[in-house]
Amino acid sequence: MKDVRDALMVARRSDGKLVNRPLSPHLQVYRWPISMALSISHRVTGVGLSVGALLMVWWLVAAAASDSAFATVQDFLGSGFGVFLLLCWTAALLLHFFQGIRHLVWDTGRGFSAQAQQEPVRPGFENRTYRITGWLVIAATVVATLIVWIVGLLVW
Amino acid sequence: MPSDRIPPEKALGVDIRRSELKRARGLGSARHGSGAWIAERVTAIALVPLTLWFIASVISLEGTTRAGMIAWLHAPVPLVLILCLIIATFWHMELGLRVVVEDYVQNDAIRIAMLLVQRGVCIVAALLCIVAALRLGL
Repeated sequence: MKDVRDALMVARRSDGKLVNRPLSPHLQVYRWPISMALSISHRVTGVGLSVGALLMVWWLVAAAASDSAFATVQDFLGSGFGVFLLLCWTAALLLHFFQGIRHLVWDTGRGFSAQAQQEPVRPGFENRTYRITGWLVIAATVVATLIVWIVGLLVW
Repeated sequence: MPSDRIPPEKALGVDIRRSELKRARGLGSARHGSGAWIAERVTAIALVPLTLWFIASVISLEGTTRAGMIAWLHAPVPLVLILCLIIATFWHMELGLRVVVEDYVQNDAIRIAMLLVQRGVCIVAALLCIVAALRLGL
């Protein structure tokens, strides 16, 4: 036993043998509610944006270094792969942005209501606050990403 | 070693991570967790307006040359805002990555090594950005 919590994991089987209780969560048997998908996507986009931040380092350092170094960065960002990276970066940034605002609201203790916002509850869709705000985050991300890229391509 | 000097959790074969001083005081962990938690939120709040400003700036700078970057950062407000953005971004990034590493890496040696590396990378990256921005703007 490495940890005091392990003591809670030990159970006795019907034949008397001591076994470890099964661990939760069983990722493979859960369906994926919106809260669960957004929770892990917040971490995934956070790690992805950390890698993307290195692109900002390259961009600024090249600009400070020389004309040719900066031209190389700009050519890369304008290439097909560069545009693809920037599109991923925009979507990841905006998802993390809106999900982060949802987290800040949660930190004030609001937004957890398990009460249905509308009665009767529609079958197949639970009108719970955290589900509604979860879908709002996804909708806001899609809309904002489209706006940024439409404006960006118009300016280009 | 007299038996009364063995911490009770050690006697039970349980490894609870705390310093000898904290164990003596019986206060549990190092009690610095809330500082990191608050810093993560404060940087997040700062990044809400800064991110919007940065996206708008990047769009306005599409296809720019080095001269365009210098002209952009030569004004005091964009220079100060990008310095704020750099500091808030890499601070927030360090705190976020730290939580991910602490949650998923169980091996002590690998976890400590990864935490040191990610903190070092964040500090170096932030300094590179700050120096580059100052060189362009000043």
